[in-house]
Amino acid sequence: MKTLTILRYQWKDLLRGKWIVGYGLIYLLIADAMIRFGNAGPKAMLSISNIMLLLIPLVGMIYGALYLYQSREFTELLLAQPIDRASLFWGLFGGLAIPLALAFTIGTALPMIYTGMILTANLQSILLILMLGIALTLLFTGLGFWFGLKFFEDRVKGLGFALVSWLFLAVLYDGLVLLAVFTFGDYPIEKPMLAMALANPIDLARITVLLEFDISALMGYTGAVFSRFFGSMMGVSVALSCLMLWLGIPLWRSQRQFEKKDF
Amino acid sequence: MRLKIITTILFVGLMLFLQTQKTVATQITVSQDGEITSVQDGINQAQPGDTVFVKEGRYVEYDIRINKRITLLGANNAVIDGDNQGFVVVVEADSTVIKNIEVHNSKAGFMDDYAGIVVEGAHNVRIEGTKLVDNFFGIYLAKSKGTVLKNNHITASRKRETNSGNGIHLWYTKDVEILDNYVAGHRDGLYFEFVEGAFIAGNESENNIRYGIHFMYSDHCRYERNTFRDNGGGVAVMYTSNVEIVDNHFADNWGSSAYGMLLKEINRSQITGNTFTNNSVGLYMEASSRNNVQGNEFIQNGWAVQLMANSTDNKFNKNNFVANSFEVSTNSRMNYSNNFDKNYWSQYEGYDLNRDGVGDVPHRPVRLFSILVEKQPQSLLLLRSLLVDLLDAAEKFMPVLTPETLLDSKPQMEPVL
Repeated sequence: MKTLTILRYQWKDLLRGKWIVGYGLIYLLIADAMIRFGNAGPKAMLSISNIMLLLIPLVGMIYGALYLYQSREFTELLLAQPIDRASLFWGLFGGLAIPLALAFTIGTALPMIYTGMILTANLQSILLILMLGIALTLLFTGLGFWFGLKFFEDRVKGLGFALVSWLFLAVLYDGLVLLAVFTFGDYPIEKPMLAMALANPIDLARITVLLEFDISALMGYTGAVFSRFFGSMMGVSVALSCLMLWLGIPLWRSQRQFEKKDF
Repeated sequence: MRLKIITTILFVGLMLFLQTQKTVATQITVSQDGEITSVQDGINQAQPGDTVFVKEGRYVEYDIRINKRITLLGANNAVIDGDNQGFVVVVEADSTVIKNIEVHNSKAGFMDDYAGIVVEGAHNVRIEGTKLVDNFFGIYLAKSKGTVLKNNHITASRKRETNSGNGIHLWYTKDVEILDNYVAGHRDGLYFEFVEGAFIAGNESENNIRYGIHFMYSDHCRYERNTFRDNGGGVAVMYTSNVEIVDNHFADNWGSSAYGMLLKEINRSQITGNTFTNNSVGLYMEASSRNNVQGNEFIQNGWAVQLMANSTDNKFNKNNFVANSFEVSTNSRMNYSNNFDKNYWSQYEGYDLNRDGVGDVPHRPVRLFSILVEKQPQSLLLLRSLLVDLLDAAEKFMPVLTPETLLDSKPQMEPVL
């Protein structure tokens, strides 16, 4: 109950700040443009998912950390009240992550509805993109909170960490994987590769997108490991459970931190 | 004198009567409770031109020989069951017609090509509306001219390549028409070897163990409006020139060596108006030259076109490439005068300032990443990664590893069809 009250305050505060509206508008513009130029086909969906994979982790992480710093006084004020820390934490987190996820969902879904794409395109792909976007928002806002709490006193360090880890997860990590493939290509490295991909939430989301849109290419791969992994329900379920783990662990860690923290 | 006239009239009348008797074909009915209970007996009693009508029921018979020109006509549910003993129906006479009959369970074997219906050395045969179930080979034509196969439904349920035959098998035939048949579950749906001038239209071939159509040394054939779906290896067309492949549909062929269509040593052929959807590889070309690939649609394939460097002088014009993972891949930096022109590429990132519908910068359909995947297939897992997109963009700017001349200088801004 208390969580909900905090959540509502947060919500009002966010709307007043207009940031969240702008964030939603960005998605609206991008999705609208993609659908217009991509003829409402699978191409538009692919472009939207590419943008999603790029933008959501960045915004989620930066904004998560930043918001924690901004609302420091508010948090300290609330801590003086008879509220337990767990509900305060979930109120703060939900108050940011849920509006962010909503902004993404509405911004992406609206153009799909008014262009009629929702009727012509594959509904399963649309739902997958929206669900992935929501999961990624929750996940990376959680990570942002974790960084924010870890470096609560040193804002530059916290934001820096958030930025660098985005760069690492989005670009450098794949570079390392590519390097590993070309160094150890003669060995059976499919399984370690899969493990590496599952260890990075952006790659994880990317592979889920691949499973939806590029399955015909993935099935063209000569090795049995990939085709067995991707060709069965196992691929999807393993990817989903890893995503859940990625969602759970940072949140659990930051809640622990929040509870122990001396504000 | 009078007697003579009367006898002459009577004799002539009798002759005329006999004559008419002969020209009106009789129908011989085979039924399980009638006089004639076996199809072979019915055929033996028939005169050339007669119709042997097989009534409803199951006739367990094999090696039925049709050695005179008759029509073998089945009622609904008239089934000839070979009981896995040998060939079922063997046609040896020209102009035989087989219609509406069901043929089940020919023998399977490695020494002979046992089949549901065999036509060997007979011309102008017509096989129409038959249903073939679980035969080793379905319909087997050898050394036949002018034969027509129409509306046949051919299925089998064997699982392995070694104990399964082809649905429609043509060997050394000429001017055959194969129209509106359905083939599923055989080794190759349709198999052509040394066939000339065949016309293949409106057929559907799916879920076969190896190829939907397997086509070799068969010049001057035309196939149009056929659908080949979900076959183990897709479709293979090899060692042939002057084939016309028009308005066919190749779909859902998934696997490491599954191709929408594989062309090997195909020359001077027309590939127009086809759709390739959801295949691991849409069109694979090896050692093929001077073909015209025009007006086709490649939608959501893993690789739309794999063009091996030993293919030369092919023209790819006015095709649509939509949402494929890879548009074109090749195995060399060289491109021997294959020409890509006026295609629509959904991966094109250029602009059209003068608004004439043609992009102002050329499109390079071979991505750097496709070469990386060619070298290390495992890196396929990095598809659609930001890093890979960055590498591709850099390569497009200054081609170092991709073929420099393989480009579309007039990429269309809108789909062409």
